Amino acid sequence: MTSRAMRQPLSLRLTSNGLLILWCLIAAFPIFWITVMSFKTPVDAFDANALNVIFGPATRAKGHGISVFDILLLLVTLWALWQVAAKRLPSMVRSYAPAGAVWLGWLIGIAAFALVALVTLFGIMPALAAALNPVLGALGVDVIGLTTEHYKTVWIDRGFSNNFQNSLIVTAGVVSVSLTVGTLAGYGLARSGSTLAFWILIVALVFRALPHSVLVAGYLPVFINSSEWLAPILGENAPTLYGKPMAVIAVLVAINQPFTIWMLRSFFQNIPAELDEAARVDGCNHFQAFRRVIMPVMWPGVITTGLFSFLLAYNDFLVTSLLLDAQNQTMVPAIAGMFNRETTTTDQVVAVAAAVSITAPLFILVMVFQRQIVSGLTAGAVKG
Amino acid sequence: MNFRTFAAFVGPSVFMMLLFIAFPLVSVFVQSFYVTQTVYEVVEVETCTPGFLTQTCTTEQKSVPLLDEDSHVMTRTEFVGLQSYRNVLELDRAWAALKAGSWSAFQAIDFWKALRFTLTFTLITLPLNIGLGLGIALMINNAAKAVRGPVIFISLLPFIITPVIGALSINWLFRGDGILTAAMEWYSGRDIAMFAQAWTIELLMMLYRVWHVAPFAAIVFYAGLQTVNSDSLESAVIDGASRWQRLRFIVIPHLMPLIIFVSMIHLMDAYRVFEEVVGFSSQGHVISLQWLTYDFLVPDQAGNRSVSRASASAMLTMIGITLLLIAPLRRTWRDHKGGH
Repeated sequence: MTSRAMRQPLSLRLTSNGLLILWCLIAAFPIFWITVMSFKTPVDAFDANALNVIFGPATRAKGHGISVFDILLLLVTLWALWQVAAKRLPSMVRSYAPAGAVWLGWLIGIAAFALVALVTLFGIMPALAAALNPVLGALGVDVIGLTTEHYKTVWIDRGFSNNFQNSLIVTAGVVSVSLTVGTLAGYGLARSGSTLAFWILIVALVFRALPHSVLVAGYLPVFINSSEWLAPILGENAPTLYGKPMAVIAVLVAINQPFTIWMLRSFFQNIPAELDEAARVDGCNHFQAFRRVIMPVMWPGVITTGLFSFLLAYNDFLVTSLLLDAQNQTMVPAIAGMFNRETTTTDQVVAVAAAVSITAPLFILVMVFQRQIVSGLTAGAVKG
Repeated sequence: MNFRTFAAFVGPSVFMMLLFIAFPLVSVFVQSFYVTQTVYEVVEVETCTPGFLTQTCTTEQKSVPLLDEDSHVMTRTEFVGLQSYRNVLELDRAWAALKAGSWSAFQAIDFWKALRFTLTFTLITLPLNIGLGLGIALMINNAAKAVRGPVIFISLLPFIITPVIGALSINWLFRGDGILTAAMEWYSGRDIAMFAQAWTIELLMMLYRVWHVAPFAAIVFYAGLQTVNSDSLESAVIDGASRWQRLRFIVIPHLMPLIIFVSMIHLMDAYRVFEEVVGFSSQGHVISLQWLTYDFLVPDQAGNRSVSRASASAMLTMIGITLLLIAPLRRTWRDHKGGH
């Protein structure tokens, strides 16, 4: 390729990069802004002047704020934690985990890291800042108003931790069941060239287009009356499925199934069929070939598909809000309830804090799994 | 792979889809022809209030729900034919409004209002999504290699965010004295209320949707751009094609399968528009088809869910998506057959 012929004039490059920067600003601004708002008192959060929202004079006047020293301390801590997570953690896991159970090593490593991060950020750092700020003079004076009281209101007073647990149960259930069922089906579909496989895929595609409310309209009466029609099978203590996380997990798995099998199929097609043919020649049957040869190499695709299952379960509003009762409510429907009863601006800022709490895990998810998400988005598309 | 092995692999997945997708579809279809109602009986109740010398007594007729022996409320399910569909469509009212030539009276009927919005929303956001996605993809492709990763990271944020939360975050920027409304008021010197009339809300909803889905289109197109044949680009340069002509005649035809793919996904997803109505709390002004079904399913003050009406509106929603997808599906089918 002759690079000179393809070289672009300076003006074009400048426009292109300028517009790209503009897009990045548009993409990040709403998320950045609700994060800023969630740390201010209502007066500051809904101020018409952008600078007042960022620096929060009213919040500072109430005695909540952070100094230049606090900001520096926070940046250094975050940088150090990132370094540990990105460099030390993988090598530690590799050297300490037993050979067969690397995933267990990762699980323990991540849990330990989360504990260390929480203790540093919420235990050691505030104490250090409180001790050093008075002696530091100009560096120790509050410059930006910042308060965490809305987060306390959300998580402690409004019982958001309970919703968080419910979200965890639902997402964990959906991801594990949907991957187990979907991996088998995806493998079967990828390795079978039959007409039946083709039609299953087409029907799945049609199912993907269905509005979810159509399906929920089908479940609701059945789930509400389930103790009646399950009674002949299960006897006296037949459960009412309505309101149970289990029922919602099953529903979300099914809704997600078309997408899952399409995606996993395209990943399995990338694994050469010679691999399992070789295993079959060596005397494995299909299941053994799958278990011993395919499973060790399929993890990238499974992780990517798992991420998308997680997103579906975590982001869902319609199914969870209609099929779960109040005590099993997940985070996203819970916030809608919070928003509807907005009476004061304080309630609104509390809702903003809840929104940021829901978004934070997703932010970390993109940070860690960016490559897998991009490969997942392009997997179905590029290969047709 | 013989049939039995195939069935064993695919079985659980197909079973789940049959039980939780195909079966509910059938049950919705059947439900839409039946109505389940509480059985009432009319009883005469005499209420007396103590008064001076004589009691004042009044008898009135009250309808009370009948209870069965377990003291549950008795219900009766009746076949009503197309009545639920008539209740949702309100054809008489719609026809009268149309004959009178009154668009606003026509749009006062929930179903037609929802249908109008859902279709406009889907068809307007489609080209915007494709255009913006293509633009971002080209810009990322133009940018230096080192910044591509961070730019893709930032671009993924609107895509990955929970739809309700994303809509809410845009809502907070514009609501009341939100920062962007304040900025627009300062710029134009007028009072602006973004949530007081339907068209501004619809505009915000479309903006939100494009913001939310354009990253997906952009990343798919960006991946496609990596496989553009550089030889054809080079020969186009030699033939004296301008930048625009190269884009128009080489890059876009190369991306065409991806553009069709993204359009189909977008048609399916935009037709299901729902979270926007929740996030912008716009039910007073703007509703969508899926929200209509949702609203029928949410218990009203008396705790009743109008399941049959929800089923009818769900069936109508499904007919809509089928009609919308037939054209692109047939096109892909023709291309698929023509390609082999």
